[in-house]
Amino acid sequence: MTDYIIRRLLYAVPILIGINLLTFALFFVVNTPDDMARLHLGVKRVTPEATEKWKKEHGYDKPLLINRLEQGTKKITETIFFNKSVSLFLFQFGHADDGRDIGYDIQQRMGPSLALAIPELLVGLLINITAAMMLAFFRATYIDYWGVIVAVAMMSISALFYIIGGQFLISKLLRLVPISGFDDGTAMVKFLILPVFVGLLFGMGSGTRWYRTLFLEEIGKDYVRTARAKGLSESVVLFRHVLRNSLIPILTGVVVVIPLLFMGSLLTESFFGIPGLGSYTIDAINSQDFGIVRAMVFLGSALYIVGLIFTDIAYAWADPRVRVGKS
Amino acid sequence: MRLPIQPVFLWTDILIDLLVVCTVIFIVYGIRKGHFRAIVRQIGKRPMAVVAFILLLCYLFVGLLDSFHFRLQLPSDQPGKETQEYGPDVLSALDFLVTPLRTHVEKTYSAPLAKVGYTKETVEDKAGVKHRIYPPLLYPGGHILGTDKVGNDVLYLSLKAIRTGLVVGSLTTLMMLPFAVLLGISAGYFKGWVDDLIAYVYTTLSSVPGVLLIAATVLMLQMYMDTHAGDFNSSAERADVRLFFLCLILGATGWIGLCRLLRGETLKISTLEYVEAARALGVGHCQIIFRHILPNVMHIILISAVLDFSGLVLAEAVLSYVGIGVDPSMISWGNMINSARLEMAREPIVWWSLTAAFVMMVGLVLSVNILSDAVRDALDPRLKER
Repeated sequence: MTDYIIRRLLYAVPILIGINLLTFALFFVVNTPDDMARLHLGVKRVTPEATEKWKKEHGYDKPLLINRLEQGTKKITETIFFNKSVSLFLFQFGHADDGRDIGYDIQQRMGPSLALAIPELLVGLLINITAAMMLAFFRATYIDYWGVIVAVAMMSISALFYIIGGQFLISKLLRLVPISGFDDGTAMVKFLILPVFVGLLFGMGSGTRWYRTLFLEEIGKDYVRTARAKGLSESVVLFRHVLRNSLIPILTGVVVVIPLLFMGSLLTESFFGIPGLGSYTIDAINSQDFGIVRAMVFLGSALYIVGLIFTDIAYAWADPRVRVGKS
Repeated sequence: MRLPIQPVFLWTDILIDLLVVCTVIFIVYGIRKGHFRAIVRQIGKRPMAVVAFILLLCYLFVGLLDSFHFRLQLPSDQPGKETQEYGPDVLSALDFLVTPLRTHVEKTYSAPLAKVGYTKETVEDKAGVKHRIYPPLLYPGGHILGTDKVGNDVLYLSLKAIRTGLVVGSLTTLMMLPFAVLLGISAGYFKGWVDDLIAYVYTTLSSVPGVLLIAATVLMLQMYMDTHAGDFNSSAERADVRLFFLCLILGATGWIGLCRLLRGETLKISTLEYVEAARALGVGHCQIIFRHILPNVMHIILISAVLDFSGLVLAEAVLSYVGIGVDPSMISWGNMINSARLEMAREPIVWWSLTAAFVMMVGLVLSVNILSDAVRDALDPRLKER
C-alpha cells in the first residue's frame, strides 16, 4: 500500500510542473509584462518611464527566463519565471497589485469558504442519495418517471435563477434572512442558511439523476437477482446490497472534490457577499489582478491533484484488486 | 446592377455554415444506413420528446436566421441614382424580419404591454402647466415583453440571444470533437508511450479548475484585444472574435471528458476478435481506426455531444455574469440577466427581462436535455438490456 501511495505521489510531480509551465506561458508569454503595465496604467499616453516604474514596483522588471546580467545561479533565480512561477511550489504567492500579501489573504478567506461548502456537500449527499434511493425503489413506475423529469427540469435551470429567485423570495419578500453579508461565530448561521439552501436546490437535479443511474446499474447485476431469489425483501436488497456496492463510485466522486471545497464557489460567494476564496477570485478577475488569478489557478490545480491522490488511495482501500494489479 | 445588400461573413457565421453542412451530411448518411431508426422510434414513443424536438427546431430556425449577416444599401440622396455606399450597421436576416421590434425603442423601462412609462415624469401640457404623470410610451402596447433600461424591446433581445446560446453550445462541440476523437482513439489504440503522453496532457489540463483556466485565458485575450484595438473593423466583429475564442477555450477544457471515455472504449474494442482479425489480415492502422473502431464508438460521441450542449448554454450565462463570457456588447442571456439583476431592488420591480431570459434559456436547455435522454436510451446498449 505504501509503495502504491508513493507511486501516486511521484506521478503528481510532472503534472504539477506541467501546470506551472502552462500558467507561466498563459500569463507571461501571450502578453508581455509591458502589455500588463500598459493595461494597468491605461493604454493611451503611457511613457516608457511609467511602464518601467510599474514593472519595477510589481517585480516584473526582470527577464523572462535567463538573466544575462547576473552571475552563477543568479542567472536563473533573478528572473520572472523563477520569482513568479517556481516560487508557487513553495506556496509563496507574492503580493497583489494593491500590495497585500496573497498568501495571508488566502488563509483568512479559507474559513468562510469551508463554512459554506462543507454543510452543502454533506447535506447534499444525504438528500440526493435518499431521493435517488426512492426513485430506484419505485423504478419503472409513474413516481420514477416524473421524478426523473423533475430532476431534468431542475438541472435545466440556470444557477443564477436559483440564486436570484432565492434572494428575492426569501430575503426580500418574506424577510426571513439577510440578503447578503457575513459574520463570525454563531451569527454566521443566518447568513449561510440561504446560500446553502440555494446550493442544495441547484445540485439536487443532477445529483439525484446521477445516483439513480448508479443504483440502477447495480440493480441489474447478478448478485442482486440472487439476493432476491433468496427471498430477501426489497428494502434489504436496496440498502444492504445495492447501496453498499454503489458506495465505491459515490465515495470516489466525493473524495475528489473534498480538497476543492477550499476554493469556494465563485457564484454563490459573490452573490451573497461571503468573504471566501470564490469571491476573492471574482474580485481579482474583475480588477484584472493577475497575481491573484495566477495564485488561485496554481492552488486550485494543486488541490485537485491532492484530490486525485486521495481518490486513488480511497479506491485502493475499497477495492484490493487495484492495489495489487498493475497500475 | 449592384446588390441591395452586401453580405458580411463573421467568423462564427462561417463555422456555423460549416457545422450545418456537416450535420446535413451526417444525417443523410445516417438515414441511408438506417442508424437513426432507433432514435426516431424512441422520440416517437414519448410525446414530451416530440414537443422538445419541435421546440428545438424553432430555436435552430431563429438562430440560423440570425447567422446570416449583411449591410443594407443606404437610401440614395439623389433620386434615380444608385448609391455605392452600404450602411455601417451589420444586420442579420432576423434583424431585417423583425425591424419593428428592433427600431421601436423607448426611453427606458416599460412593463410588458404597458401604455405608459415606468417612471413618473414632469410633462408640460399645452397651457404650459406642469404635471407629474406617467408619460405615454412612443409605441403604447407594442412591447409584448416590455423594454429594458435603454428602451430596447425585451422580446427582440431574447430572440437575438438565441444565436449566442446556440453558437456557444454547438461551435464548442465542433471544436473539441476532432481533438477528443483523435486523441482518445489513438491513446486507446496505440497504447504505450502515446497513451502515456495523451493521458499526461489531459490530466494536466483537467487539473486546472475549468472556470479559472477560462478566466485566465479570457483575461489574456481581453488584454490582447485592448492593446491591438486597431485590428478590428467594427464592434460586431470584435464581439464575434471574442465569442469565437470563448468557444475555443471552452472546447480546450471540454474535450477531456469525451477523450477519456473514448480511450476506455477503444481499449476494450481493440482487443476484440474482429479487430485482431483485421490486423492479422494486414489492414493498416488508419483503416482499422476508421472502419472498425470509429463506427463502434459513434454512439458515445453523439450522446456526449448532446449532453455537453446544454451544459455549455448554462455555462455561458454564468461566465457572462462573472465578466469572462461573451463581449458585454453582445446580446446574450447571461448579459441580459447581468444587467437586469440589480433592478430587482427597484420598486416596482423590473421582472420582465430576467423572466424572459430565464424562460428562453430553460426552453432551450430543457428540450435538449429531454432529447438527449431519448437519444441515450436509444443508443446505449447497456440500458437496452434492462
